[in-house]
Amino acid sequence: MDFLEINNVSKSYGTKKVLNDISIKVPQQSIYGLLGPNGAGKTTLIRILNQITMPDTGQVLLNGNPLTPNDIANIGYLPEERGLYKKMKVGEQAIYLAQLKGMTKKEADKRLRHWFVKFGIASWWDKKVEELSKGMQQKVQFIVTVIHEPKLLIFDEPFSGFDPINVNLLKNEILELRDKGATILFSTHNMASVEELCDNIMLINKGEKILEGSVYDIKQRFKNHSYDVVYRPFDGTGETHLTVSSTNPNELISDIISKGELVSFNEILPSMNEIFINLVSSSNQ
Amino acid sequence: MKIGIIIEREYLTRVKKRSFLLITFLAPIFFAALMFLPALLMTQADKFDEKKTIAVVDESTMFIGKIDDTDFNTFIYLDNDIDDAKNLVKEGVYDGVLYIPGTMLNVPTNAEIYSEKQIPMSVTSHIRSSMKNVVERQKMLASGIDPEIVKASATSINVQTIRMSEKDGEQKSFSEFEFILGLFLAVIIYFVIFIFGSQVMRGVIEEKTNRIIEVIVSSVKPFELMMGKIIGIALVGLTQFLIWGVLTLAISGIASTFLPTQDVFSAGTVMSEPIAEMGVETTDAGTMTKVFEVINSINFKDILWCFILYFIGGYFLYSAMFAAVGAAVDNETDTQQFVTPISLLLVIPMVCSSVIATAPDSSFALWMSMIPFTSPVGMMLRIPFGVPIWQVAVSVVILFITFIVFTWLASKVYRTGILMYGKKVSWKEIFRWIKY
Repeated sequence: MDFLEINNVSKSYGTKKVLNDISIKVPQQSIYGLLGPNGAGKTTLIRILNQITMPDTGQVLLNGNPLTPNDIANIGYLPEERGLYKKMKVGEQAIYLAQLKGMTKKEADKRLRHWFVKFGIASWWDKKVEELSKGMQQKVQFIVTVIHEPKLLIFDEPFSGFDPINVNLLKNEILELRDKGATILFSTHNMASVEELCDNIMLINKGEKILEGSVYDIKQRFKNHSYDVVYRPFDGTGETHLTVSSTNPNELISDIISKGELVSFNEILPSMNEIFINLVSSSNQ
Repeated sequence: MKIGIIIEREYLTRVKKRSFLLITFLAPIFFAALMFLPALLMTQADKFDEKKTIAVVDESTMFIGKIDDTDFNTFIYLDNDIDDAKNLVKEGVYDGVLYIPGTMLNVPTNAEIYSEKQIPMSVTSHIRSSMKNVVERQKMLASGIDPEIVKASATSINVQTIRMSEKDGEQKSFSEFEFILGLFLAVIIYFVIFIFGSQVMRGVIEEKTNRIIEVIVSSVKPFELMMGKIIGIALVGLTQFLIWGVLTLAISGIASTFLPTQDVFSAGTVMSEPIAEMGVETTDAGTMTKVFEVINSINFKDILWCFILYFIGGYFLYSAMFAAVGAAVDNETDTQQFVTPISLLLVIPMVCSSVIATAPDSSFALWMSMIPFTSPVGMMLRIPFGVPIWQVAVSVVILFITFIVFTWLASKVYRTGILMYGKKVSWKEIFRWIKY
């Protein structure tokens, strides 16, 4: 079942085409990576999902139905460019933002206090935002994004500005949210986290979709059939590392066993990083 | 309603600020002090004045015995020469010496006062008028005119302007007072529109530079956010006016128990005396009574309602424009090129204020109070003189229609501008956004 469906969405600003006929399907309870270089059109696509801007043509379906203003309560959005009112108290501000998502004051207060304890920032409830470190402000923003338990979560560069410990905390939270039933759209330039978290990805460049599929399938598609081999030759010269290209791994293995003792044999899959760079630079030519 | 949540935040964060409380509660005390301090000082003036004894050395002998003693001053006529008299002043026998030199001509017109401490202006003006009387009398007698006849023929003509209006019958008017009241109201409305309008602009810029805007517009429509901010700040303004009104009433109530009305009247006459003596047209003692009569005849309730209507209309019109400017720029320093032409619209009627208030029924004044950009200030200048109800109605309707149109246009600029970073925006660009 696809929870989010984007059908043939196009958007232009003046004469500049920002999105050209983009279609994606995001299965329920999955993490979907939205990849692309700066200026590819990711932010515009995300703004269309949030109904901040309207597409020129095309349609967005949420759970099979076209988006309506009521869906605001079903979407949580953590923008890349994010901030808080500096002079406002942390707790007050979190309640205000939760209220704007349609929660009552009482309910927001209850759930927020729970999250503040979970993230270890409960003692900051009555502090002004300007007194918080950047990392702590990011935690508050993350909490505010998920507080109304939306069915669709959109994270734009969620890990920027976090230390490794908090990146880990956040990753676990994101996985937990998915396991609880949320569908997650995830936009980032950090390819390592894409490989770690995403089930499916789409790569766009200059408003055009250039790649789509599951992370596993994509890696299979772009592999160049090279293998990392370690073996001990019979002549006793010690362990030898080899990188070999071959379309027939069986033949390769029997060839190696005839020469020595096989220690390890691994297929080299391209990293998402390599795929990203290759595809974007070749589509730019 | 999400707009309600936004209004609540905009209102509460501002009302709870320390600077708001400070201005709200200190401003009326300051104004009350400005109003009552001079009156209080006047009634208490005799306590500050010291009695002065002044020696008179009159070489012309024309004024001996002609300068009367007053409550505070005693004049002693000496036969000594001026140097002796100066020494007596130095020894502290007298506070000062008035020296009238003898002249070859019949009429001396100069005199000198020597003293160690500065002689108050009231003493010199008393001397001046006394000497003037003597000299004038002398001149009249020399030309064969009986001074008594001149005195008897002096007449004061009193022209009372009475306005006829169908609603309230005939009213005595006193245009100086209305002029000042109109100017006062115009200055106030000019400042509050500016102050609260630029608060809207600063609020928009804050949201944009903080990047909180992106989170908020994913929850509410930009139009709701803009209107919530404008309404919230308008309520802050109205709250401030309300507190000021209540405090002014309370303070003037307290002050008037300390200061019986009779004293205020006499304070008024005390104030007018030195002016009269300085040669300005004589103000008779009844002027203050007339002023109070006129104050009573002015319908302050209607003026207050008009003020609030024009504040709301004018504030909404200008704050919508200010909100659009705030959305179009990246920081406060870039606002100047847009704010200047907008504020010029509001400055025009202020510059023309004396033209409008001296001829409140002229066609120029009428136009100024009809054009929506100038009408809040223009109408405040005219309103104390009494404005036909249909004119107020038409002007308010024009103002409110304009603010609706401008809010709609501004929201289009706002919607595009708030999500646009790092771009220097021109007027041309803004007009293009309106067309989107």
